[in-house]
Amino acid sequence: MSNYVIQGATGDFEVVIGLEVHAQVTSNAKLFSGASTEFGAEPNAQVSLVDAAMPGMLPTINEECVRQAVRTGLAIGAEINKYSVFDRKNYFYADLPQGYQISQFKHPIVGEGTIVLDLEDGKTKHVGVERIHLEQDAGKSMHDQHPQYTYVDLNRSGVALMEIVSKPDMRSPEEAGAYLTKLRTIVRYIGACDGNMEQGSMRADVNVSVRRPGEGLGTRCEIKNVNSIRFVRQAIEVEARRQVDIIEDGGSIDQETRLFDPVKGETRSMRSKEEAHDYRYFPDPDLLPLEFDDAFIDAARESLPELPDAKKARFMTELGLNDYNASVLVAEGETADFYEAFLAAVVNKTGKKPAEVAAKAANWVLSDLFGALNKAGLTISESPVGAVAGAELLALIEDGTISGRIAKDVFEVMFSTGKSAETIVEEQGLKQVSDTGEIEKIIDAVIAANPNQLAQYRSGKDKLIGFFVGQVMKETGGKANPGLVNQLLKPKLDG
Amino acid sequence: MSDIDKATVAKIARLARIRIEDDKLEPLAGELNGIMGWIEQLNEVNTDDIAPMASVVNAKLRWREDVVNDGDKQDSVLKNAPRAEYGFFAVPKVIE
Repeated sequence: MSNYVIQGATGDFEVVIGLEVHAQVTSNAKLFSGASTEFGAEPNAQVSLVDAAMPGMLPTINEECVRQAVRTGLAIGAEINKYSVFDRKNYFYADLPQGYQISQFKHPIVGEGTIVLDLEDGKTKHVGVERIHLEQDAGKSMHDQHPQYTYVDLNRSGVALMEIVSKPDMRSPEEAGAYLTKLRTIVRYIGACDGNMEQGSMRADVNVSVRRPGEGLGTRCEIKNVNSIRFVRQAIEVEARRQVDIIEDGGSIDQETRLFDPVKGETRSMRSKEEAHDYRYFPDPDLLPLEFDDAFIDAARESLPELPDAKKARFMTELGLNDYNASVLVAEGETADFYEAFLAAVVNKTGKKPAEVAAKAANWVLSDLFGALNKAGLTISESPVGAVAGAELLALIEDGTISGRIAKDVFEVMFSTGKSAETIVEEQGLKQVSDTGEIEKIIDAVIAANPNQLAQYRSGKDKLIGFFVGQVMKETGGKANPGLVNQLLKPKLDG
Repeated sequence: MSDIDKATVAKIARLARIRIEDDKLEPLAGELNGIMGWIEQLNEVNTDDIAPMASVVNAKLRWREDVVNDGDKQDSVLKNAPRAEYGFFAVPKVIE
């Protein structure tokens, strides 16, 4: 996977990628005001006079935003800075009423940490995080509503963002995608950010440069505001190719800000923002340094749930799940929680040990349940079949009441009607037939009805046993215990 | 030490969106250099091992609880806007 190379006319190039991810902190109120952060309100209805930058208004920091930044830092094993400073980042834009963004420049709240990427074939890669700092979001501009005017909505203005800055440790579009995926999983697990990229709760600035293997870092371009994991991968591919072409034509890369256009599949220079790079940071005189003690950090640490890497390791070592199943189950906290509740219910119903039924339970969740949910366009929290109801079905297979094949039919009915597995089995008479006498009667009848096949079988075509098994299953509507059928059939066929 | 020239003044003014007539740039550069030179006297003081002072009073940053107790005042927010439409600020078109 790290062998991603761009083949140029004059040789191979590698790509060097760093990501700056803006993640909206989950909080009720904004970073420095008491206005709501809720998505989708009427324009300018969630704006305080602080957010609108009216003269004389003073910012007051929201403790929850501080706590969430600390929790995120702890979740990636980062250094937490008990002393950090808010600075003003100065630039003019219509959706930034203050004329500056309150951010953290020299002294961020979180220092260096690490994110472990899950790559193909169960491989992992460690990517460094340089820092996480807290800052304000800007408002939203709409340029296409009026021929002469740009409309500005300040509802987002002042909402808390964490800017999570990676080191330039990634070497392929896939690694960048895996980084974003993992980061998103972590912030969603701990509840620091909802990770919703469509609504803009998470977006990435992607730094891309290319070099021939062994060379120092090339000049980078920053692709702004990419809002899906797929687009991040595509943007890197086209930008790296663009840079290689320029270098091979004897040109040089200008360090600049670019925009990814997914429709045209290209990146474009954003010349309008060039001058804005002179931000003239200085400590915000309205805010004293942000300080907290070890007790605050300890409380934040104690509030963290089991993190995805730890959960995956536990699923593999304690429950014996394979790498793939464990990865898929832990990718979303909701899925992992459902699986654990389901497994506990199965253990409860069957009296078996977790490790004995864990793999079967995982397969059922990932193929049967997920298959049905995907088809119906539902999420796991909307599943018509809950953990306990599902466990009842699996228990019926485990104790031999129904076969695995019948279970699939029962599950379909459960999914569409919400009835319990036991009720469906009872109502439709689907209990597996394990009565030797009854099965023998059916076998005798099947053999009697197919003398030709019997003769062929006896003359050496012993694969025909499958045909007889099929006929018996058909006669019983799939209810005969298949193990028992095989056991009884063979001596009768052999005569 | 201070070497604020005419071009620097013009650049700072542009970044701050302040219009300054050409003939005012030179005198302003002189004034700014005077101010900077005056401030630079502070460099004579040895500040090794002294933490930067954030406030002249012994105060700590005040924190607020994560409670929504503000907003819902679209009218007040838009009251001073030269132009507002449909609840939005309407500003001269920003060309991307």
